Amino acid sequence: MSREHNRLLSAYVLLVYAFLFAPIVVLIVFSFNDSKRTFVWKGFTTEWYARLVANEDLLAAVGVTIQVALVAVLVSTILGTLLGLGLARLRFRGRGSTETLLLLPMVTPEIVMGLSLLLFFVALFDTRGSFAQLGVAHITFCVSFVAITVRSRAAGMSPHLEEAARDLGASAWGAFRYVTLPLITPGIVAGALLALSLSIDDYVISAFNAGIGNTTLPLYIYSAIKFGVSPEINAISTIVVAITALAILFAWRVGTFRGAKAPITQDAEPAAR
Amino acid sequence: MLTRLRGPIVVLPAVAWLAVFFLLPLAFILVISLGSRDELGRIVLDHPSLDNYRKAFNPDYLPTLVNALRYAALTTVASLLIGYPVAYWISRYGGHRKALLLVIVMLPFWTSYLIRTYAWMIILRDNGVVNSALRTIGLTSDPVILLNTDFSVVLGMTYGFLPFAILPIYVSIDRLDHNLVAAARDLYASGRSAFLHVTLPLSMPGVIAASILTFIPAIGDFVTPDLLGGAQQTTIAKIIQERFLDGRDWPFGSALGFILIAVTLVGTLIALKNVRREVVGE
Repeated sequence: MSREHNRLLSAYVLLVYAFLFAPIVVLIVFSFNDSKRTFVWKGFTTEWYARLVANEDLLAAVGVTIQVALVAVLVSTILGTLLGLGLARLRFRGRGSTETLLLLPMVTPEIVMGLSLLLFFVALFDTRGSFAQLGVAHITFCVSFVAITVRSRAAGMSPHLEEAARDLGASAWGAFRYVTLPLITPGIVAGALLALSLSIDDYVISAFNAGIGNTTLPLYIYSAIKFGVSPEINAISTIVVAITALAILFAWRVGTFRGAKAPITQDAEPAAR
Repeated sequence: MLTRLRGPIVVLPAVAWLAVFFLLPLAFILVISLGSRDELGRIVLDHPSLDNYRKAFNPDYLPTLVNALRYAALTTVASLLIGYPVAYWISRYGGHRKALLLVIVMLPFWTSYLIRTYAWMIILRDNGVVNSALRTIGLTSDPVILLNTDFSVVLGMTYGFLPFAILPIYVSIDRLDHNLVAAARDLYASGRSAFLHVTLPLSMPGVIAASILTFIPAIGDFVTPDLLGGAQQTTIAKIIQERFLDGRDWPFGSALGFILIAVTLVGTLIALKNVRREVVGE
């Protein structure tokens, strides 16, 4: 490819990167704009942030979001870790169908998953929108993502390491606890952070499964948006964006991406095939 | 610890969880979709029938399915056209910064989809960022209508799912053997024809994976047509949401939900079959 093409392509790519970040930058900038109505810059203010603190509905929604996220992260991390570990390391009957079961929730439209759980709870328990229902819904859509993250980390680990520990006299539990577990911990942490960001962000499934008193932050934001655009929404959104971006950067630091550089992974390449 | 015997025990909790809270509820959709409502609006399952499905394909509702397919197709095409050059560039010119460049692509994706869609609202609305800018520099006096159009819906979806397109294409380009391209050049292929006859065909598995990964979320997307579209931009997902959360016609909503999942699964299977043929060469 000629140098000229090359430069043209680079400029194009730069433009796409700008496109990816422009809306977020706009959102952040206008959360500090000193104007209630217009989108012309009128001066810097932190008024909209100050107002958030006094908004009781908003604070309640943040509380619900944190509670649901804690439940979802805890349970889905335990279930997903076991599943991911099992799929990466074990041969058992029904392995193929287990993999399909793992992938299905990821290709099912969110709206279908949301309404199916709503029908399920109404039909079997005659309840709608309890905290338990919301928790179950969040755990269900998080499990697969944790399992996949843990599986890729565990698959990159040589099975010989655990065998070596056994040969050196470690008990089965000891080999798992002191060899396998520390090695897959970055995968587990990355999976848990992924679950955290999915849970905090979810709107569609929560819309079907949350009831009165269980309004999560995305549900609150959504109804605020439907009511009308306002600088307060820009301010909440900016805070949410900042928190999720930090969580993801942290996950990236400890997680799967960096795993590629670890010697343990390279050494396990042939075994993984 | 992880012996052959323990395999099922280790995966059992998650498998049981997904069976009870994912598969079983899906079966409920099918059952309820065959039901109807009595005068009080309660769901009746005494006389199972396909009436709801017939209704879904009548002229009142068929356009919503067609609309959803159209937006998903346009979004997929736009994502491939925008994403392919980016993936190519990262793979060919990214050097040791490839991982970082990919993370930067993924970063907006990890922030709330809802908030990113909202950001487009404040950009596109009548007194939004674009129109304010146009008025300030004196290009227009009346606002240019951008929001609540087919354009805004496809733009929002493309923005939302673009990283899903870039990532798999990048993987397949990065994996292909560059000696093949060099060989084509040695045999006097122009840069363009080496790309068209070597790089592009070999990256097709990535392109197909990218198509699945953008088409599926786009077809079931409810947030974008609801926030960036108006009454004209109704999709099947929007009708489902209405039937369940505002109206009370759950059996009909379930039938639409079942149609949505059927379309999604059939689309995935067809695409996967093509990928396998590309990869394995059957």
